[in-house]
Amino acid sequence: MTGQCHVSLREAVRRYDGPPAVHALGPVNLEIRRGEFFSVVGPSGCGKSTLLDVISGLVRPSSGSVHFEDKELRGEVPDGVGVVFQEDSSMPWLSVRDNVAFGLRTSGLPKKEVAGRVDHAIRFMGLAQFAGHYPAQLSGGMRQRVCIARTLVLRPRLILLDEPFGALDQQTRLLMGDELLRLWRETGATVLLITHALDEAAMLSDRVGVMSARPGHFIDMVETGWPRDRDSRVISDPKFGALTARLWSSLREESLKTMGHAA
Amino acid sequence: MSDLSLETAQAATATRRPARVLDVVVLIAVVLGLWHVIGTWTHGVAIAPPLQTLVYLAGLLHTEMFWSHAAATLEAFLLAFVLSALMGLALGLIFGVRRFAGEVAEPILAGFYTIPKVTLYPVVLLLFGLGMSAKVAFGVMHGLVPMTLFTLGAVRNLPPVLVRTARVLRLSPGRTMRWVLIPACLPDIVNGLRISFSLSLLGVLIGEMFSSQRGLGFLLVNGMAQNNVPLSTAIVTVIVAIAIAANTLMLRFVRRFARRADEMAG
Repeated sequence: MTGQCHVSLREAVRRYDGPPAVHALGPVNLEIRRGEFFSVVGPSGCGKSTLLDVISGLVRPSSGSVHFEDKELRGEVPDGVGVVFQEDSSMPWLSVRDNVAFGLRTSGLPKKEVAGRVDHAIRFMGLAQFAGHYPAQLSGGMRQRVCIARTLVLRPRLILLDEPFGALDQQTRLLMGDELLRLWRETGATVLLITHALDEAAMLSDRVGVMSARPGHFIDMVETGWPRDRDSRVISDPKFGALTARLWSSLREESLKTMGHAA
Repeated sequence: MSDLSLETAQAATATRRPARVLDVVVLIAVVLGLWHVIGTWTHGVAIAPPLQTLVYLAGLLHTEMFWSHAAATLEAFLLAFVLSALMGLALGLIFGVRRFAGEVAEPILAGFYTIPKVTLYPVVLLLFGLGMSAKVAFGVMHGLVPMTLFTLGAVRNLPPVLVRTARVLRLSPGRTMRWVLIPACLPDIVNGLRISFSLSLLGVLIGEMFSSQRGLGFLLVNGMAQNNVPLSTAIVTVIVAIAIAANTLMLRFVRRFARRADEMAG
């Protein structure tokens, strides 16, 4: 399924006008293949989230270009892109079912089709028992699953995840990682995961991009070589340790720069 | 929260209910007791005792005169409240979304809020003349600012991720407003409505007390001028009862929405 270029960035740069002016990202050159699970790791503040904003179309690059399915993005989120943020973005006034259906309010689909998609997404994310609950009645992990289900009903061809498990404990993260892999396999979507956790990137991805300190650009690309039907048990594979070590050796110097230390 | 903890929370609420009813009964008894002591102590010169007031009020409620004054107040108040609520909501949303406009407007509104509005009443009378429009304008002067400030604060404190989610879902600005902004801000908006309700009523009553021939405010001042203490006490009782009933209703609204919004704070 992978191979064809799905997302590409050419000399993409993002600067924020001041004061103080900030050169947040780039220049970045990147190609993400269709159906690929691609992760991005980098030191704090290196521009990982800015990269996601640029790829999603939420933010326009100051210079350079971003293409999704061969169409250039011009500051608007294109059809076929779903984003899951690090922060809880469930709507507290809506039940789980209504939260998931929220993504389809403007779809114009028949009610039956909407109900079918919502039911499937709720079941897929293991939320069937909680469909009538409100976010306040759910744990952090379950609320994040609601947000993923809301993205899932849209049947996106590109799923962008900005540290979606950042606030969860390690065990929940591993299990959520398994669910994410299952979702990726079943939907066939391209996944871009932004994460600060090297083990998460090494476990989940086909390929990991390592970013430099700000202004972030890619300093290393690591192919993991995992089979498509992997799950969190890959962490017991000796190769997992080697992959994580490789990522850390690429990242250590950049992290020290971010902390103000000499390498 | 698991099903078990949800059931525990519901059971706890059920056991708290009788205690709440007891609290309300005790509070009413204390207020009535104090009212009776003050009324008796002042020999009914400052306020009439509760029983005398209630007997007088029962008779007053059967007069056409009372209902015509009450209708005048109600009309002026409803107009003032609706105008305050709608204008405050619109201004609050605009100032909340347009950050620069909000930063300019907020200190001006807060400054205006601290001015004793009664000092501006002569200006209101010159602008609007005696009658309904002056009362309504004075009510709006009281109710508009808190509604605007509450709505502005609600929009400013809205988690940015909800707006980003609306953009990702490609909602138009109008749909973002209707489906995300207003529901997310609703608890604060209802709080603003509560304050706006009380202050609009206050403004209308003050307007009636100072320069009007109609309304409960006029009736109150008339009772005081004629030394008809049971009349003025009965009018105050009616006004307090209306204010408490409306406030309780809105508070219930706020609590219902606040429960659902709790998790936004984590």
